[in-house]
Amino acid sequence: MAVAAIMPQKNLLKYIFIPFWFGFLVFPFTGIKSAIFLSLAIISGEAVFYGITRLEATARVKKILKLIFRPHILQLFGKKGGGGLSAGSLKGRNIILASIGFAALLVILPVFLNNYYIDVLTLAGLYAVLALGLNISVGLAGLLDLGYIAFYAIGAYTYALLSTKLGVSFWLALPIGGFFAAGIGFMLGIITLRLRGDYLAIVTLGFIQIVHLVLNNWDGLTGGPNGILGIARPSLASFKFSQPIHFYYLILGIALLTAIVINRLNNSRIGRAWIAMREDEIAAEAMGIDTTKMKCLAFSIGAFWAGIAGVFFAGKFAFVSPESFTFFESVFVLAMVVLGGMGSIPGVIAGATILIILPEILRGFASYRMLIFGAVLVAMMVFRPQGLIGSQRRKIELHPEDEKIYVQEMESLYEVEHR
Amino acid sequence: MFIQQIINGLTLGSVYALIALGYTMVYGILQLINFAHGEIYMIGAYMAVIALGVLTATGLTAVNLPLSIFLVFIISGLFCGAYGLTLERIAYRPLRHAHRLSPLISAIGMSIFLQNYVMLTQDTVDKVFPHIIPATGLELAGASISYLQIFILAASFILMTALHLFIKKTRLGKAMRATSQDSRMASLVGINVDSVIAVTFVIGSILAAAAGVMVAMYYGSVNFFIGYSAGIKAFTAAVLGGIGNIPGAMLGGLLLGLVEGLGASYISSEYKDVFAFLILILVLIFRPTGLLGERVGEKV
Repeated sequence: MAVAAIMPQKNLLKYIFIPFWFGFLVFPFTGIKSAIFLSLAIISGEAVFYGITRLEATARVKKILKLIFRPHILQLFGKKGGGGLSAGSLKGRNIILASIGFAALLVILPVFLNNYYIDVLTLAGLYAVLALGLNISVGLAGLLDLGYIAFYAIGAYTYALLSTKLGVSFWLALPIGGFFAAGIGFMLGIITLRLRGDYLAIVTLGFIQIVHLVLNNWDGLTGGPNGILGIARPSLASFKFSQPIHFYYLILGIALLTAIVINRLNNSRIGRAWIAMREDEIAAEAMGIDTTKMKCLAFSIGAFWAGIAGVFFAGKFAFVSPESFTFFESVFVLAMVVLGGMGSIPGVIAGATILIILPEILRGFASYRMLIFGAVLVAMMVFRPQGLIGSQRRKIELHPEDEKIYVQEMESLYEVEHR
Repeated sequence: MFIQQIINGLTLGSVYALIALGYTMVYGILQLINFAHGEIYMIGAYMAVIALGVLTATGLTAVNLPLSIFLVFIISGLFCGAYGLTLERIAYRPLRHAHRLSPLISAIGMSIFLQNYVMLTQDTVDKVFPHIIPATGLELAGASISYLQIFILAASFILMTALHLFIKKTRLGKAMRATSQDSRMASLVGINVDSVIAVTFVIGSILAAAAGVMVAMYYGSVNFFIGYSAGIKAFTAAVLGGIGNIPGAMLGGLLLGLVEGLGASYISSEYKDVFAFLILILVLIFRPTGLLGERVGEKV
């Protein structure tokens, strides 16, 4: 549908025009040779597309595509997150069984893997925790927080400082880092309360920038660009966490806890209030939801998990520096949430896993990483705003099936406005 | 010292104002922050370097300097206009009726994409823009103002006046004003809203291109990262003046340039970039409509 809307097949002129246009756009940057190459690539892509739309078998191809993109099992998962109403009651049993199976798989998986893959999976778990936290503000409450990584940084530096200056243990620092980040999140929530979506995005962007500058310049406390070295690794009694597999199980535990807590929240009164606020803030307020409280809560709970993830980060790598906490990390985590499906817990976990593992497989394209993420964000918004494993409810909200519904909504609103 | 900082601040501020105009015009019509606008400005600066390189190779700069500077502006404006148009077509138009989070996320994606596209094709090292305008200038009450600064101030003033006249006097300008007041109503009286939006993006991009060329001349070097901070500062300028308000963006840009110039010299240059954010946050908290903006009730 969406592809057809961009390139209607009747308009052959457009097919001829597009390659030239993009060739023209890129030639000063890439040189003439690459520009011609790009144009030819677009032409061949168009030819394939044109062929597909013309084929008698188009319907069949579409069916196959549908199968690939939305297999039955994914739909089953999709109903779980975000919905708030369905989970736990309708297909609750299947979902719980599937989740337990999935968790069990994750527990035995590292036995078959070498240290390198275990490290990659650990990273995926870390980012899954981050993405789940961001999912609270972006996916559930609909507040686009671009400064999310700042809370991660706060958690990491909290443990780094507590460990190197005061010798506080990892296990004590875990909640301290979480609650400290949550406190800062609460404050940011209060400051940005009155801001609409896009303003909020830019203020939080400013927030991460300020945190980054402070980390870089406050040499006395943060060690400036050199960061902090020699952070103690976690230990339990005489057992010391040192092997990759130890950290894997640690982050697995944290990630499972996060997923369970957020799933519970999602289906609670608070979760429903967030979703209502996301869909229409004014209507939610009229229904008696304290939007002030809910916004601050969304920020601080999201920040809490980022703080926990930060403490883990500092504990695992024993080293923190401002370089790890840039705006681009924020975009990276946002891309996970958007790719997997805003508001859907399995989706977000899948998004984090895909975006960590894919670059490992495609090592040759390492420098294209951010380029691809940018393109992914745009393409997901245009073609599949609900994400790969989106929640059904979010899908309806983000992707009104046709203009008719939109026009109807607008008309009824127009009457209200101008009565 | 003080006057010197004011001159420097105004120069930088007029550049911010030109970028801010693009933000404010798009916001006025779509109620949407074009996050990728800073990257368009960055592309403008790169195009200036590339175009000047080509013109120097053909020998035109040695023969006729003013003409080649003019050509650099034209080429950069042309390409940035084309980029702005494409940006709108790909990342915004398909999302016209989507949830308000969607265009925002696609705009961020576009911004990241463009930044990395330039980084990959042009390398990460700074590009040098040769000093083609001599560094000499005039003495003014103990401060010196270079010819380049005079040129930047004059060129910005001319561009802003041209924009003002365009919006107030031409048919298309009228259509833009109508669309920003009520796009549904505008389409009912026969205005092609889609093309008005496209034109808005193109004009904003051309102004950003001019800003990019002037910054390349002013600092003498360009890198792929400049769009990010300049974008945020220009956005701050737009908010400071009252977003959606065109004279407001001009005023906001100049004010921000002044604050930054003075703040960097009298308070701390390390935290120079923080001033913009602090102003932004303070304005948003205490006067969200900006200095010249009108108070508009939120539509239910």
